[in-house]
Amino acid sequence: MKKIVLTLVAVFCASMLANSQVVSAQTSSSDTNTGKKVPSVTLKTVDGKSFNTADLENGGKPIIVSFWALWCKNCIKELTAINDVYADWQEETGVTLYAVSIDDAQRNANVKSFANSKGWDYEILLDSNQDFKRAMNVGNIPHTFVLNGKGEIVWQHTSYMDGAENELFEVVKKVAKGQSVKQ
Amino acid sequence: MNKVTFFILMLMLTLFVCGYHASAQQGILENASISGSLQTDAQYYVPDKAMGITDSTLNGNVFGMNTSGELNYSVGNFRAGMRFEAYTPALKGFDTRAKGVGIPYFYASYSNKYIDATIGDFYEQFGCGFALRAYQEWNLGYDNAIRGAKVTLRPYKGIKVTGLTGYQRFFWNNYVNILNYDRGLVSGVDGDFNVNEIFDLQMKTQISFGGSFVSKHETGLSKTVSFVFDDSTQYYKLNLPENVATAAGRINVSHGGFGFYGEYAYKINNPSAYNTYIYRPGQALYLTASYSTKGFGVTLAAKRVDNMSFKSKMDASGSDQLDINFIPPLSKQHHYSLPSLYPYATQYNGEMSLKGNVLYSIPKKTKLGGKYGMSIELDYTIVYDIKKDSIQFNGVSMIDQPGTEGYTSPFFAVGDHCLYSDLNLTVTKKFSQKWKGVFSYIYLIYDKDRVEGHSIGEYGVVNAHVGLADVSWKIDNKNSLRCETQWLFTRQDKGNWGTLLFEYSFLPHWFVSVSDEYNYGNEDKDQRLHYYNVSGGYVYNSTRVTLSYGRQRDGLLCVGGVCRYVPAATGVSLSLSTSF
Repeated sequence: MKKIVLTLVAVFCASMLANSQVVSAQTSSSDTNTGKKVPSVTLKTVDGKSFNTADLENGGKPIIVSFWALWCKNCIKELTAINDVYADWQEETGVTLYAVSIDDAQRNANVKSFANSKGWDYEILLDSNQDFKRAMNVGNIPHTFVLNGKGEIVWQHTSYMDGAENELFEVVKKVAKGQSVKQ
Repeated sequence: MNKVTFFILMLMLTLFVCGYHASAQQGILENASISGSLQTDAQYYVPDKAMGITDSTLNGNVFGMNTSGELNYSVGNFRAGMRFEAYTPALKGFDTRAKGVGIPYFYASYSNKYIDATIGDFYEQFGCGFALRAYQEWNLGYDNAIRGAKVTLRPYKGIKVTGLTGYQRFFWNNYVNILNYDRGLVSGVDGDFNVNEIFDLQMKTQISFGGSFVSKHETGLSKTVSFVFDDSTQYYKLNLPENVATAAGRINVSHGGFGFYGEYAYKINNPSAYNTYIYRPGQALYLTASYSTKGFGVTLAAKRVDNMSFKSKMDASGSDQLDINFIPPLSKQHHYSLPSLYPYATQYNGEMSLKGNVLYSIPKKTKLGGKYGMSIELDYTIVYDIKKDSIQFNGVSMIDQPGTEGYTSPFFAVGDHCLYSDLNLTVTKKFSQKWKGVFSYIYLIYDKDRVEGHSIGEYGVVNAHVGLADVSWKIDNKNSLRCETQWLFTRQDKGNWGTLLFEYSFLPHWFVSVSDEYNYGNEDKDQRLHYYNVSGGYVYNSTRVTLSYGRQRDGLLCVGGVCRYVPAATGVSLSLSTSF
């Protein structure tokens, strides 16, 4: 029983800290967003080329990084919903979306085929060994990050509910204008 | 609670505090950053007479909680981290050996353009994993991390060479127990070569290939097996190999929308509990070809697996998690609960499978596609066992006799038993700005006895038809309602099922759902149960909290083709996850 209580206390404190960090970031955020740099991990593109995540770059425009997998229903719903409005988002903010698949390597061909058939205009990256997922502290997917023009993580969100892409776009618009993102 | 555990908990808390301050203040050191995550799943179990759960079956085990917290610290090219885990005790359905509190995972690494070096615990996958795959899946309670050293070199563009050595995690077993022959040492090397990058070829065709060699070194092995000849039983002490190796090669070619991937692995004799101590070498071959263009994709794949179980402990059981390699199933990983009632997991002792998948998006503004288009997926997988011919030993013919070559098997011959077949059609359609839906039909054949390892005839072969619809209604910018209904029809196993689910979400933070899975076709009238569930949740950025109450049916839970058994339970669950 003691163990349970202590673990609960630890969990509670840790989650409070995680949240209080969020609050303090909110109060201290200035006009320009600052955040953590994306860790450097070498992934593959669907064509088998190497891609280093430290090279995530979009000419000073915002970037969305979204973790997904073929078995993840809500990931596919989110990416499909975004795809319907992606052209508008790009026109307005210049955003680029990187869809990082964490499927096992055997399904690489299916990932390419799936993304292509859905007409997704995203950059598809393969994180078969889940190195990038671990480095970004992603637990359950979908998990989505927004990066500012300097490639720093300024916003993140887990899970997807119908219509949540609108909130994501509000964040992207603010980041594109260099405004603070309250998180 | 002993002192060590208490110390670990305090250390974790201190680190979380430091983590918070460091990340809030842009680092104690310039450019340093701390990040981490936390997940806890707790469940309180109550008696439920209809489900056969009483106070005496619960026997005081009314609570389970799995917690994991991970912390990573990086400065410049250095990176270090650890994971804290507490199972106090583990949730029902997780291995009882998972119970415990501690830090099973920690590492320090250095990386630059040419090298990645890690000391401590690490995960890795060579190719598709036929030779080596160490990974972790929280929801399955699976973790076969390797503790040791790993170095990846990138001496020249397009060339990557990885070498590693270490011992796999075995629940909370001390790594010192290795001296007591508790598990073997795993070592491996892998090379990955991208031809276009090496030779600076600016062409549409992309070619890369790779190869790996993985060995297991295990000492102190001993096993005696029995042979029956003319009614007399004789005992033999097996001469067991201390070193077992697997070699694998792979090639990947793509040309615009065309793609081809092939991988072959060969394992030398590896008598083990899993293959009934036969000396036959193992083989696995996987081939896939695909073509896709915008709006259309087709994939074909074939696979043969023969005696390819490879574990770092000779007498490991299936649940020991000491797998060195991993061969995922080809079949589609279903998104909904009823088709997942009969999930397929690769049969390492032998299977042959074929898969075809066609995806087509009917363009927008056509008669069928409507204003928003419509996408169709047709998918088919069929799996047979391999043909096994008996071998002669001292004039007696036998199959799978411990201590022999086991059997012979022609490479291209298919066995007599269809283990699994899955034909499914899915249509995804957006009707308007407010309405969209997913509709599926699935036909499954599932040899429950052979796939799940029951004695033949216990459950038989299940033939099931499943129909489902998942419709979403976006009421306005903040509110949406989702309704899901699924129907499974079968004359075998537990008979017919029907489910209904409503999920209401109030953006951006809240959701509630109510669902019922009804086993109305069960032959046993007392087992025609409603598996109801009510749940609510709150999402704030990367934090998610879910609370639910209801019944959970027994069955297999699978993530990425790896499954674990979940027992029937009734109770309250609380789940919390966050990352920073």
